[in-house]
Amino acid sequence: MPITVQIPTALRRHTAGVGSIQCAATNLDQLFSVLDEKFPDLRPHLRDEKGQVRRFLNIYVNEEDIRFLGGPSYAFQEGDEVLLVPSIAGGA
Amino acid sequence: MSHYELRCRECGRTWGNQPRSICDECFSPLEVAYDYDAIRCEGSFTRERISQRSPNMWRYAELLPLPQSFKPGLPVGFTPLFQAPHLAERLGALPQNLYIKNDAVCLPTLSFKDRVVAVALAQAREFGFDTVSCSSTGNLANAVAAHAAREEFKAWIFIPADLEPAKILGTNVFGAKVVRIAGSYDQVNRLCSQIADERNWGFVNVNLRPYYAEGSKTVGFEIAEQLGWRLPDNVVVPMAGGSLIVKIKKAFDELIKLGLVEGKEVKFFGAQATGCSPISTAVKTGASEIEPQKPATIARSLAIGNPADGHYAIKTIKNSGGWSEDVSDPEVIDSIRLLAETEGIFTETAGGVTVGSAGKLYRQDRILPEETTVLCITGNGLKTTDVLAGVYEAERPIAPKLAEFEQYLQRTLDVAEVARETSVVGA
Repeated sequence: MPITVQIPTALRRHTAGVGSIQCAATNLDQLFSVLDEKFPDLRPHLRDEKGQVRRFLNIYVNEEDIRFLGGPSYAFQEGDEVLLVPSIAGGA
Repeated sequence: MSHYELRCRECGRTWGNQPRSICDECFSPLEVAYDYDAIRCEGSFTRERISQRSPNMWRYAELLPLPQSFKPGLPVGFTPLFQAPHLAERLGALPQNLYIKNDAVCLPTLSFKDRVVAVALAQAREFGFDTVSCSSTGNLANAVAAHAAREEFKAWIFIPADLEPAKILGTNVFGAKVVRIAGSYDQVNRLCSQIADERNWGFVNVNLRPYYAEGSKTVGFEIAEQLGWRLPDNVVVPMAGGSLIVKIKKAFDELIKLGLVEGKEVKFFGAQATGCSPISTAVKTGASEIEPQKPATIARSLAIGNPADGHYAIKTIKNSGGWSEDVSDPEVIDSIRLLAETEGIFTETAGGVTVGSAGKLYRQDRILPEETTVLCITGNGLKTTDVLAGVYEAERPIAPKLAEFEQYLQRTLDVAEVARETSVVGA
């Protein structure tokens, strides 16, 4: 069940310029394992020393923040597009 | 020589000056750090020197990230700060101790966003962008479009499709390209971070964000100067992305550091709409992180369910001994009317949120009547008139005849009022 993961420009220097990958991860934890394996340099930029997802990294599945879908317990569906996006401000 | 550069808020790595908002090392936000010793040595940032400068936000240039070549164009900022004795009476404050900082009349687009955009576009020019852009809930859209027109940038503005008509029109009129997105602000924001990755545009709240956010400090500088170079006991600030409250705190700290005001523990109070209150909820529950929400409120300028500066806003509030409150949509409308009827200021929904939340904070004794308290009014009511639709009935017109007016009085006023009107005429 392939899903697509988009990697933002800011992180592509840790992926040898690769901007997107396909993989068969079924949940967030597995997705991080796949990324760790493929791009070992990327790991410390996505997770802190305790293994927690970094505070300012937002993860979207298709158009939805993964936290609204259950976060780590969300089971990826075939064709899901996963975006790693830094939080940014605005409004008011 | 510039006395500022970008520094990661978390890991401290410095990045010089460039269009970038994220630390590649830890993905955390960057902010502008200043060489305060150098600023102190130059000796130009003093009360006396500042008081001789024009009444606009550029009078604090030493503490803004402005390129050497920058020449101020528009007189942005230095909006009125004044006592609000009648509102004070209604909220439970002493009349002389409640102040309004009124950015509903900030030039050129009637919100505090003119301040941040003015700084962002100074850097956009420096970095060589010919197009500027933003994601916005409205006020920022207006400000980017207007400043871009004046400064001869092309402007691309991304907004949620359901924005107030006045805010859309108030962006179109400046000749900006307005892209309406069928989604929430948070979705627009996410899209913009992807577009910013692909295009060489100056996104004021993406790749120019650290510079842009510094413009908010001028609200804090002005409050201190307008109070006679002293800090208030409390400030009440509306929160969307959470940046403004953090930057007012930074402004006060800088003034203390450079000796322009005496040190003081100011309490910071945040205000949100209950229908979009991720920061307020975190403060109330003691959480240090945001749980994102799906906004459902008429206060659309504050409808950010996943505020990027939420973490820092929570910290600022908690560390200061302040608190955060939120109000329902009916309370927002009541509070807009209360401010208008007591002080003659017509604010937008965000201002209603601030006034309504302040009322709760007084009732909870978190803000005391005798303390000097400043309410930050950040936007103008003429932009959100749609929320008052139906509140005031359109009167049936009467003929231009005195007799008709007399009948009108009889019809609309009660007996006592008619008697009073008649006695005034008789006197």
